[in-house]
Amino acid sequence: MDWIVQGVLSFLATAAFGVIFNAPKRTLFHCGLVGMTGWMIYYAFIRQGVDEVFASFIGAFVISIVAHMLARQFKTPMIVFSVAGIIPLVPGGLAYNAMRTIVENDYAKSIQYGARVFIISGAIVMGLVFAEVFMQLIFNAIRKRKARLAKVSS
Amino acid sequence: MIETTQEELAIDCFLLAGRLLIQSGAETYRAEDTMLRMASSQGLTDAQSFVTPTGIIFSAGHKRPTRIAQISSRTTDLEKIAFINSVSRKLTAGAITLEEAYEELIRIEHTNLFFPIWVQVLASAIASGCFLIMFNGIWNDVPYAIVIGGVGYLIFLAMHFLTKVKFFAEFTGSLFVGLLSVLVYQAGLGYQLDKIIIGSVMPLVPGLPIANAVRDLMAGHFVSGVAKGMEALLTAFAIGAGIALVLSF
Repeated sequence: MDWIVQGVLSFLATAAFGVIFNAPKRTLFHCGLVGMTGWMIYYAFIRQGVDEVFASFIGAFVISIVAHMLARQFKTPMIVFSVAGIIPLVPGGLAYNAMRTIVENDYAKSIQYGARVFIISGAIVMGLVFAEVFMQLIFNAIRKRKARLAKVSS
Repeated sequence: MIETTQEELAIDCFLLAGRLLIQSGAETYRAEDTMLRMASSQGLTDAQSFVTPTGIIFSAGHKRPTRIAQISSRTTDLEKIAFINSVSRKLTAGAITLEEAYEELIRIEHTNLFFPIWVQVLASAIASGCFLIMFNGIWNDVPYAIVIGGVGYLIFLAMHFLTKVKFFAEFTGSLFVGLLSVLVYQAGLGYQLDKIIIGSVMPLVPGLPIANAVRDLMAGHFVSGVAKGMEALLTAFAIGAGIALVLSF
């Protein structure tokens, strides 16, 4: 039950973000799907007790890969799909705590939270980077293979 | 090779495409790449372009004048990026002529592709409610998060429209989110102040600058990457400052 609720909510939230960022209307449904995929993977890892940093990394990685595939299918820029998708992974709660502890003059705690925000954002970024490199390697391999097949058949 | 008047039109066309891309929030490398692809499809094979978030320098090659386009404002408009991308694809594939491409770009520039304001506000309201539960909130607080998220985003849009000062809209938006959340909490209606604030402030998060900064840095565009990263960081600070101001009372 919990899983279904999380899935539906993350789909709605990401599609709503698609509206805010003015994604093309025909891609809104898929924007939502991308966000749902990323969030469900993140949620599954968190539920297994995996660290947030790693869960964010995997979530961002999968989001970026799915976004690349959809971008090829729809012939649109890849950011259309990835931007809304990574929003749920943004460590809003930790950033809020970092801010709150600063206001409470508890700078030691605030630096702890701040460092955590920084590391998780870094993990999301690394997820995007790894996916980009990964997809480039795969597409290059596919292109080479197609070229070779074309040469053989002609 | 194309003739002089044609050449003027061509360069105008490429600059317009680049400017619209950056204004709608595309990555720097996409703007450069699009302009160069369009140029080489028109026979300007030794064209060069240099794109930053605030301006574009484009040179069509030897003995041809170098042109500059200034970019004063940037928003997030993914649909416009997709449209310009398809125009550039069609031009490079030879499906449309240069004149048609230019006309189409001008038409894209002057059409407002955004959703109506109420749809945007509704979307941010829904997003706020969803995020509250996703961040382990309780169902009792959802209606408040929905209302506060919508109102916060509406104020953000209004301030964005009224003032040209950067980051001020985000600041006011989050300030009102904080104020309303505290009011709801003090009135005994909402239970988890933290979660209501976090959920309602999410629509203001600068998603596009973060994603773009990374892609620009990876493509080696350090000037744009650092600039956009800074934009994202300052926006985040503006949001944080608004919330902090409320919490410090």
